[in-house]
Amino acid sequence: MNRSTYSPIAKVLHWAMALGIFGLVALGSIMSDMEFSPEKLQYFSWHKWAGVSIFALVWVRLVWRWISPPPPYAESMSINMQRLAHAGHIALYAFMLIVPISGWLMSSAKGVQTVWFGVVPLPDLIGKDKALGHLLEEVHETLSWTLVTLIAGHVLAALKHHFIDRDDTLRRMAPFIKPKQDAS
Amino acid sequence: MTSRLLLTTGSAFAALLLTLNAHALEYKAIDTAKSNVTFSYKQMGVVMDGKFKKFAAQLNFDPSKPAAAKATLEIDLATIDTGSGEADQEVTGKSWFNTAAFPKAVFVSNQIKSTAANQFEVTGKLTIKGQTKDISFPLKQTAQGNVGVFNGSFVMRRADFNIGEGMWAKFDTVANEVQVNFQITALASK
Repeated sequence: MNRSTYSPIAKVLHWAMALGIFGLVALGSIMSDMEFSPEKLQYFSWHKWAGVSIFALVWVRLVWRWISPPPPYAESMSINMQRLAHAGHIALYAFMLIVPISGWLMSSAKGVQTVWFGVVPLPDLIGKDKALGHLLEEVHETLSWTLVTLIAGHVLAALKHHFIDRDDTLRRMAPFIKPKQDAS
Repeated sequence: MTSRLLLTTGSAFAALLLTLNAHALEYKAIDTAKSNVTFSYKQMGVVMDGKFKKFAAQLNFDPSKPAAAKATLEIDLATIDTGSGEADQEVTGKSWFNTAAFPKAVFVSNQIKSTAANQFEVTGKLTIKGQTKDISFPLKQTAQGNVGVFNGSFVMRRADFNIGEGMWAKFDTVANEVQVNFQITALASK
């Protein structure tokens, strides 16, 4: 196994989720400010369907990560930087799981069950409760923006590796590009 | 001696029951605190439910003489609770119930027929938003002493009453069929 780069499957999962999360955050912020309308209700459903899809993909990714572990951190990184990077990745995975869970709970509390693509119903883990629904809406929003902040940090760190440290960190996750070490 | 006494008491009790039956009780008043009017519908394929907080009913219902019975139910549409403040505001507005112009949904029975023990078929007229339609539904009675609980439900099409006009007229987001369920607790008197 090539240990200097991510597997094609890991790359596909990574970029599919990057696109998915970007779309979810954009749709989420647009739909919450919309006037009550059929479109608003449709957008909420689509947001929930996509959210459940991402939630499922996170588990696929975690399983894949276990089957095919990621390449080690760049050797130039200090132990503390490696620990920080590792903690960042754990936080990203944690938030990719708890953001959809908070949305799922919020839907249940608001009395709108989540039915994946209108076909697969997710059980309501909590009952209808207006006050709790409102609280969970705030929680879901705060957690989402925390995830966005973590992603921004993730992107900045990747760019720093590429342009300042000039190592292979970004390149090995990039699609279609082979790491320098491979080419040699 | 004892057996004779029991027999006498037994007959007296049977006679009393017969008398009670002959003077069957008529349900006239409803206990709104123990009654409810709820509804459910599909929104984006998801079953949603809600209720009306305020309604009134007039009742003259003697289960032994259903042909002579009459029932009227008036629902205060502005007291709708869909579970979301935003939706409550929308559905009381012009394109839905337009409660400013049509505050009440009214059902008046035409005919009540007994279909089986404690079961009836009710037909009548339902008026919402200026539109009147004939509806019929089965009604089930559960008697508990002089309290009678009546359960019924029917499916109405919101388009028949122009509920949800304009951008809501299509059924891709909010389905046309709405199931209305009610449980009325009535008090009997002679």
